[in-house]
Amino acid sequence: MINCMLSGVGGQGTVLASRLIAQAAMANGEMAMTAETIGMAQRGGCVVSHVRCGKEVASSLIPKGMADIIIGFEPNEAVRVLPYLKKGGTVITTKRSVEPVTGALTGKTYPGEVMIDYLKKTDARVIVVDADEICKAVGSFKVLNIILLGAAVKSGVLGISPEEMKETIKERVKPKFVDLNLKAFDLAYERV
Amino acid sequence: MNKLLMGNEAIALGAIRAGVQFVSGYPGTPSTETLETVAKYRTSDMDLYVEWSVNEKAAMEAAAGASYSGARVLVTMKQVGLNVASDPLMSLEYVGINGGFVILVADDPGPISSQTEQDTRHFAKFSKIPALDPATPLEAYEMVQEAFELSEKYKTPVFLRTSTRVNHACQSIEIDNERYRNEISGFKKGPNWVIFPGLTRKNHVLIEARNEQLRHENSKSRFNTLNISEKAENKRLAFAAGGVSFAYFSEAVKDAGYELGDVSYLKVGTPHPFPEDIALSLLKSADEVMVFEELDPVIETELTYIAGKFGIAVKIRGKLTGDVPNAGELSAEIVSEVIDKYFGGGESGKTSFAHDLPDRGEAPDLPVRPPVLCAGCPHRASFYAVKQAMKGQKAVFCGDIGCYTLGNAKPLDMVDTCLCMGADITIAQGIQRVSPDTKTFAFIGDSTFFASGITGVVNAVYNEADEVICVLDNSTTAMTGQQPHPGTGVTMMGEITEKVDIEAVLKGVGVGFVKKVDPMNHKEAVLAVKEAAAVKGVSALIFKSPCVSLFRSDKQAYIDEDKCIGCRKCINEIGCPGLYFKDGKAHIDEAQCNGCGLCTQICPVGAIDIKKLV
Repeated sequence: MINCMLSGVGGQGTVLASRLIAQAAMANGEMAMTAETIGMAQRGGCVVSHVRCGKEVASSLIPKGMADIIIGFEPNEAVRVLPYLKKGGTVITTKRSVEPVTGALTGKTYPGEVMIDYLKKTDARVIVVDADEICKAVGSFKVLNIILLGAAVKSGVLGISPEEMKETIKERVKPKFVDLNLKAFDLAYERV
Repeated sequence: MNKLLMGNEAIALGAIRAGVQFVSGYPGTPSTETLETVAKYRTSDMDLYVEWSVNEKAAMEAAAGASYSGARVLVTMKQVGLNVASDPLMSLEYVGINGGFVILVADDPGPISSQTEQDTRHFAKFSKIPALDPATPLEAYEMVQEAFELSEKYKTPVFLRTSTRVNHACQSIEIDNERYRNEISGFKKGPNWVIFPGLTRKNHVLIEARNEQLRHENSKSRFNTLNISEKAENKRLAFAAGGVSFAYFSEAVKDAGYELGDVSYLKVGTPHPFPEDIALSLLKSADEVMVFEELDPVIETELTYIAGKFGIAVKIRGKLTGDVPNAGELSAEIVSEVIDKYFGGGESGKTSFAHDLPDRGEAPDLPVRPPVLCAGCPHRASFYAVKQAMKGQKAVFCGDIGCYTLGNAKPLDMVDTCLCMGADITIAQGIQRVSPDTKTFAFIGDSTFFASGITGVVNAVYNEADEVICVLDNSTTAMTGQQPHPGTGVTMMGEITEKVDIEAVLKGVGVGFVKKVDPMNHKEAVLAVKEAAAVKGVSALIFKSPCVSLFRSDKQAYIDEDKCIGCRKCINEIGCPGLYFKDGKAHIDEAQCNGCGLCTQICPVGAIDIKKLV
């Protein structure tokens, strides 16, 4: 069974990303379950998605210490869910952090480098994605989730091939955004 | 066809398959997507009507009428919505139904998006209505179909009681598109539809007898499983679990190194009426039974009762004995910790899942991210206008349920009370009545106003209250994901309908001073608040500006860095996520800013302006 956890801030597109992973796994003949944060926390709060794919899935929530991979939509949130990562598991994170609104008031900042340095000192295999650069290259900030999927597929942990993921993107993403998303996926897959 | 479906989608498709013809409800996390999915999959050749009702009580009553006439009906709501619908619910059971009547109530352990951690299984017992409790989205799909059968067989409404991790979990599910065809008989007059003490006395006896019968029938239900282990080592201890907790239990057992069949357990899918016969078999098989369930100890109490009833010497453990946490969500880890104590593991202090986790040292400080009003949200501007107008005066700000509850966060700090749907208007009356030197404001959203605000306004006018009612009208039910309501002029059937005019309602019930205000025009909004606050008696302001999620803005704010003096006023006054401070200057987060222009009206040196995006 593959346990994949996605963490980020409300509005970053974690829900679509987790559904795409589950859908791609199902196309491979696996069973899939997901659990997502929907509701009040979506308004800028911390959001977490659990994706579990395999022959037999009992519940939708990944127990602590059982995630094969964490996909962090920003570095602080990647660190927040680290207790879920299994020994030697993979952490994918963007380079830049999303500063909290409370930080704008208190003046305290949470730079991505601090989190990434910490992650690199642990047993985790850390993959850092410069998502801003790829966003700029494709001309949209709305493709962050697809960029991270590109990196996650490249890591090999998901057991999903780039072709399989791209097929799923074509099926699930609105037609007019498909090309943009495939371009982002390819760029991320190449550069990571 | 195998599809990845959210629990709520699965319930909707299951209901459609069972031939549901009338679906009503009121939005509420985590139940909302069920009714939306019914509307999405409805085709014009289906004999199927769907509506967002004005509130849960209206939804329940309208569904009752449809069921009396022979239609299969589904009513959807969250757990606190059932409180609103409890008046028709309690009587409906005594009257009975005709067409299959299923009530989906989504509980929210945690709670994640709710006011309470109430347990609908109690409501099932209280109202004497049978309840089904799925462990997974797949089981929810099967249960909703079975619920219609049960309902018609026993002429009673049936609860499908779910919880967040079923409603909002997705699972690959094999969907069958065949739809059962139910013929609508039409309403047939008879004394049975009119509740009188005589009818209640007669039917009460029948209901009790039926539920006693169901305690045996349910013991044979495919949604309950009894397993008595053949393994001698596991015979002493048995388990019981219901709903999503059973899924956690299964996983924890496997992690402890056993197959599910190796342990004695009872899975309860029909918590009311409780499957007494198989529960009895479980109790007779063991010395102790450990119970896993979220919210209240309903199964635990039932088992304790059955043990007492039959004089069985067995210890029942769970929430009441302090073995399982009695609040918040359960998880496979929590279940695993409890189980490990029995199976001899868990002594390392780690949950059994985290078998060999390395020490990762202490993580750096992480940011707190409370949910906030969106960048450009008109509620922010409305709250800020009232705050500025009432500066230095003794005022209390009563809030309500919706996105605007988030107005309580700093720096706005404009929600002093929040209790339940519609309570802002009435709480403001009570506060002002006993502390006459305080000016009270009531903040209520447009959907909440229709759901349960109007009664409070009538109460205020009739009882000569003194308050300012602020209707935050953003033309949608925003928090639950943009559902239409009576003020929007569209229905869930996609039809254009008469808009119910909030201003006309307020004037119609006798509010003397009613004024519409554009909150995005800060100066005018402040003046309007001062004017309304000066009125003795009930006054009302309608802050009208659409939710930012309803449209794609073509504007954005920008900061002239040469002009910005770094005073932080824009950030400190309104707490907009579209603004941040870096290197001594304010900056705009372009990914978030919607160009609402509120900050341009706050900057003391005119350093912020709006540009049109190309």
